[in-house]
Amino acid sequence: MTKYIIRRLLGIIPTLFIIVTLSFFIVRIAPGGPFDGERALPEVVKRNIEAKYHLDEPVIQQYGRYLFDVLRGDLGPSYKYKDHDVNYFIAASLPNSIVLGLISMMLALVFGISAGVIAAVKQNTWVDYTAMALAIVGISIPLFVISPIMQYVFAMKLKWFPTSGWFTSGGGWRSVVLPAIALSFSYFADVARLTRSSMLETLRSDYIRTAKAKGMRNSTIIFKHTMKGAMLPIVSYLGPAFAGILTGSVVVEQVFRVPGLGKFFVQSSFNRDYTLIIGVVIVYSVILVIMNFIVDIVYAQLDPRITYK
Amino acid sequence: MNKNKTMPAAAHTENSTDTALLDVKDLKTYFLTDAGIVKAVDGVSFTLHEGETLGLVGESGSGKSVTNLSIMRLIPSPPGKIVGGEIVFEGQDILKLPEKELRKIRGNKVSMIFQDPMTSLNPFLKISTQMVETIMLHNKDVSKKEALERSIEMLKLVGIPSAEKRIFSYPHQFSGGMRQRVMIAMALSCNAKVLIADEPTTALDVTIQAQILELIKDLSVKLKTAVIIITHDLGVVAGMCDKVCVMYAGRIVEKADTDDLYASPSHPYTEGLIMSVPRMDVAHKNDRLFSIEGQPPNVIDLPPCCPFHPRCHKDMEVCRHAYPPTVGVGSGHEVSCWLYVDEAQRNLALEKALADEQHAAADAVQTNARKEAAK
Repeated sequence: MTKYIIRRLLGIIPTLFIIVTLSFFIVRIAPGGPFDGERALPEVVKRNIEAKYHLDEPVIQQYGRYLFDVLRGDLGPSYKYKDHDVNYFIAASLPNSIVLGLISMMLALVFGISAGVIAAVKQNTWVDYTAMALAIVGISIPLFVISPIMQYVFAMKLKWFPTSGWFTSGGGWRSVVLPAIALSFSYFADVARLTRSSMLETLRSDYIRTAKAKGMRNSTIIFKHTMKGAMLPIVSYLGPAFAGILTGSVVVEQVFRVPGLGKFFVQSSFNRDYTLIIGVVIVYSVILVIMNFIVDIVYAQLDPRITYK
Repeated sequence: MNKNKTMPAAAHTENSTDTALLDVKDLKTYFLTDAGIVKAVDGVSFTLHEGETLGLVGESGSGKSVTNLSIMRLIPSPPGKIVGGEIVFEGQDILKLPEKELRKIRGNKVSMIFQDPMTSLNPFLKISTQMVETIMLHNKDVSKKEALERSIEMLKLVGIPSAEKRIFSYPHQFSGGMRQRVMIAMALSCNAKVLIADEPTTALDVTIQAQILELIKDLSVKLKTAVIIITHDLGVVAGMCDKVCVMYAGRIVEKADTDDLYASPSHPYTEGLIMSVPRMDVAHKNDRLFSIEGQPPNVIDLPPCCPFHPRCHKDMEVCRHAYPPTVGVGSGHEVSCWLYVDEAQRNLALEKALADEQHAAADAVQTNARKEAAK
C-alpha cells in the first residue's frame, strides 16, 4: 500500500508536466495576445512591454523560462493586472472557493445521500417521488436562475441572510449560507440520484437476500450491509465533483459577490492573460489529480476486493 | 439405505401429521405482472418432520424456489404475493406473523442457503462479522467473544482448515466450495430446526458438489436438522432425501418416499424424469438418453387442465379439460394424475368440465354481443 501511494504521488509529476506543456502552447496558438486591444498600441510601446515579459523571445525559450519558474513555485506575473502576480490572485481567492466548496459539498452529501437512501428504501412511494422531483429540479434549473430567486426570497423578502458579501469582507457567517446552498443544489441532485440507483441495485443483490434470510433488522440491512457497497459509485463521482466545486463557480461568485477563484477561469481567457490561464489550469489539475488519488485510496478502504500493490 | 434414512422414516410412521415441524398447506404465491398473473406456486402442500430430509424436484420455473422463499417470506413484493394457504411452523402460521416475530424465525429456526455462494455472502464484510452478527442477533445473552468462538467452531465443523485465522478473511478470499461451506456454517450456527437448501450445489463444480451434499447430510444428522433440498438433480434426491415432492408448473404432481418413487414412479412426468437420468446399468435404446419432449408451460393464465398433458405420452381427453385430483397410490405416495382415477369418475369430471367450458363460452358470446349492442 505504501509503495502504491508513493508510486501514485510520483505519477502526478509527469501528469502535471504534460498539462503545463499543453496549456502553455494551446494558449499561444489561440489568435490574439494579452496586449492586443481595440486600439492598436504604438509599435514602440508594444515592443517594450513584450520585452519586459520576454514575449519577444522564441516560444521555446519562453517555455523553458516558464517551466523553470513553475518548478520554483512561481506562476509568473499577470499580464493584465500589472500590480500582482498569479500566485497572489490564487492565494487570495482559492481559500474562499475551498471554504465555500467544502460547505456546499457537505450539504450536498448529507442531504443527497439521505434523500437517495430514503428514496430507495421507500421506492415508488410519495417520498421517493418527492425526493427525485427535487433532484430533477436541482439538475435542470441553472444556477443563474436559482441564485437570484434565493436572494429575492431569503435576503430581500425574509431578510434572513445578506444578499451578497463574504465573511472575509465583513459579511459574517450568514453571508456564506445562500451561496453554499445555491452551489450545492446540482451536486445534491447528482448525489441523490446516484445514491438511489446504487442502493436499489445493491438491495436487490443476493447477499442482501442472505441478510434478510438471517433475520437481520431492516435498519441493519440498510446501514451495515447495503450502504458500504452502494457508496462506491458516489465515491468515484466525488473525485471530479470535488475538483470542480473547490475551484469555484463563476455564476455563484458573481451573483453573491464571493471573492473566489471561479471568475479567473473566465476573465483570464477573455483577457488572454497567458500566465493566469495556465495558473488556474494548474490549480484545477492539481486538485483533480489529488482528488482522484484520494478516491482510489478510499475505494480500497471500502471494497476489500481491491488491493493495490 | 443408512442410519439417517431409516430413523426419520420410523418417526414418520409413528407420529401423525399433527406433530409435523413444518406443515405447508395449499400455498399459493402469485406474481402480478403486466403480462398477467403468474401462478408460480399454486396450491402446494407438504409436511416436514423433525430430522427428515425432503427433496423438491422440478424443472426451472416449476416453483421450487418460490415455495421456499415463501416459507421464509422472502418473496420480493411487489410483484410477488402470497395469496393463500398456511405455513405452520411449530404450531404458528408463518404467514400471519408480524415482521418482528418473523425475524426471530429467519436464520434462527429456519435457515436458508442459496444457489450461488459467490454472490450470497456480503463481499464488504469479513466472514467473522457476518457470522457473529447472526449468532448475536438470535442469542441475546451471548457475548461477542463467545459468538466468535462459536463461529470458529462451526467453520471447523464444516471443514474449513485453520478456521481461527480464516474467519477474519473476506468472502473473495475463499473458493466457491469454501464459501458454500461458510454459508452452511452460518445457516446452522443458531441450531436451526429446518435448513432450506436452494440448489446448494448447482453453481459448484462436480467434485465439490458431492462434498457439499455429504456435509449437509452429515450435519443434518449430527445437529438433528430437518432439511428441504431444492434440486433438479434426481441423483441428489436419491442419495439424500427421505421423501420427494415432484413439482410441475407450480404444483406438486407426485409425493412419495424416495425408495418408493424410484421403484414405482406413478406420474408420467416423474417417469420421464427418472428415465432421462443416465444410468450405468441399463442399456439405452439406440444409445440415446430419454428426454421429455417439449417445453414446460408458461404459467401465466394457465387453463384448467393438466399442465403436463401436451408433453404426456398417455394423455386422455379429460387431461385437456380438468386438473386431476390428488389420489393415493400407496402408503404416503400421492399423485395428481387422471390415470389413477377410475373411469366413471374421469368421465364425470370430463362431462362437468366440458359443461363448464360451454357455459363460459356462452357467457363470453353474450358479453361480446352486449358490447356490440352497446356500440
